[in-house]
Amino acid sequence: MNKIFEIPLYPYARHPDQDATPPARRKVVIVGAGPVGLAAAIDLAQQGIEAVILDENDRVSFGSRAICFAKRTLEIADRLGCGAPLVDKGVQWNVGKVFMDERQVYDFNLLPEDGHRRPAFINLQQYYFEDTLVSRLRALEAKGAPISIRGGSKVTSVENNTDHVRLVVQTPDGPYTLDADWLIACDGANSPTRQIMGLDFVGRVFEDNFLIADVIMDAEFPTERWFWFDPPFNKGQSALLHKQPDGVWRIDLQLGWDIDKVEEKKPENVIPRLKAMLGEAIEFQLEWVSIYTFQCRRMERFRHGRVLFAGDSAHQVSPFGARGANSGLQDTDNLIWKLRLVIDGHAPDSLLDSYDHERVFGADENILNSSRSTDFITPKSAQSRIFRDAVLDLSEHHAFARPLVNSGRLSMPCTYDGSLLNSPDALPQAPARTRPGSPCPDAPLGTDGTYLLDRLTSGFTLLALNTPVPDSLTIDGLALNIQTLRAEGALAARYLGEAPQGLYLIRPDQHIAARWPAYDETAVKRALARATGKE
Amino acid sequence: MTKLILTPNLARADDTYAALLAAHEGLSKPESDALNARLLLILINHIGDQDVIKAALTAAKRPT
Repeated sequence: MNKIFEIPLYPYARHPDQDATPPARRKVVIVGAGPVGLAAAIDLAQQGIEAVILDENDRVSFGSRAICFAKRTLEIADRLGCGAPLVDKGVQWNVGKVFMDERQVYDFNLLPEDGHRRPAFINLQQYYFEDTLVSRLRALEAKGAPISIRGGSKVTSVENNTDHVRLVVQTPDGPYTLDADWLIACDGANSPTRQIMGLDFVGRVFEDNFLIADVIMDAEFPTERWFWFDPPFNKGQSALLHKQPDGVWRIDLQLGWDIDKVEEKKPENVIPRLKAMLGEAIEFQLEWVSIYTFQCRRMERFRHGRVLFAGDSAHQVSPFGARGANSGLQDTDNLIWKLRLVIDGHAPDSLLDSYDHERVFGADENILNSSRSTDFITPKSAQSRIFRDAVLDLSEHHAFARPLVNSGRLSMPCTYDGSLLNSPDALPQAPARTRPGSPCPDAPLGTDGTYLLDRLTSGFTLLALNTPVPDSLTIDGLALNIQTLRAEGALAARYLGEAPQGLYLIRPDQHIAARWPAYDETAVKRALARATGKE
Repeated sequence: MTKLILTPNLARADDTYAALLAAHEGLSKPESDALNARLLLILINHIGDQDVIKAALTAAKRPT
């Protein structure tokens, strides 16, 4: 049976645009059909904006690659109409164990807070994530949404003009010219778009190599994240074992810097390493092997006129912490509503600068966390190794040292503190977790299985808790989604705290723009103007 | 906010210093390095105040 990543899902087919003179012009062209590009296209098409994806390949990614998808990503996927199949297929886990040498020194439980529709994390091969998004794209396309994907289409030239972007697209039938109002480059860490445009991508390279292997086996290991420092089967290095669906296990083995990558990737060298780890008795099959070197780097700016960079093309982190694909999904989540408002004439072009500002802030947070994890996992000096080993040693006996153990700080959504789109907090007695800039925490509504995030739409929402608001409100041509709820339980705890009532202005990406004790038309108008870049 | 104490603060300074040396007695260089690292981490956690720890790091880097 063919694996999903062996099937051409969007084979090259000749498109009328290839014969168009003058060149055809599309609203938004997206380069790259990875998780980020697919999410961007679906988000746009759901809001009625034409999105064309160009991808030089014709199938989902080979190998599991990004495997940990965070709750925030699943909530975004819900908004894109495909959260349920991801959760159904994924493996849920909460427990992580840390070993040093042969001893378990520490374990943690993600202890997900109750009252969220989605789990803290699922493990799922990137190819399944992409396949689910491709299915969603096809379903939208079948319903007549303005979305399409062109396989076998490689962008070879990008001309960034004041009012459009001109592309040259190479195909099996030769090149053609295509114009776009906007271009979103989601073409990965080696982004050809970025290279064609000659843009910088600077940061830190960590002098280490990791072997990643997907292994199919029938094993008794529990559904937990196991991380080893200095294990007997990989002396002086680290290792990771994590379960995925279909009996596939992800194994990461640190190899060090001075290695022959080609040699190390050969099955005859990989298999003995895995046997040393898993035991001679376990039968397994190699699905995928790769060797990578960590890099933590980002573009100086994610916006260049009409070209916007999202995901790994804009920023790259080391994998411990699952901050790659998860942050890329937060990029498109942040970008698409802004692009839609600009395209529809509801916001000035400068709103897109806030994409750059907010997501550079998010990228820096991810780079900081991921650099620190990497510094812990692969100490850079004799002294840092001494401290690292002391932390692990102490963590076995003393609770205080456990928070210092850093085998990856798992991805959390970014709170945009300091964003120019936020209004000052007018409800400071309410919890800090829902201050302006925060992503909305989910909360159950009553006992009928519905959740707060279900009530949020692709527009701005005015959420009134225990306080009256007008039944409908349109400001500057934008109709607000009005939600009036009686706050109890988790909803009250997360949004009111000590406050008896409150009013929230929530952005289309479910981040909080402003909050007040009660409705005041002038204040709401002002906050909406601010959140749409008009102030 | 607590300030970093850089004036004498040990009731029995010689005893404390001797205890520090005694703890390292008979240890190899790597064992001593590991002991020092554990000790530092334990003390840092006990102090708990990031400003005090930062002031201590500064004082240790450049004695004045």
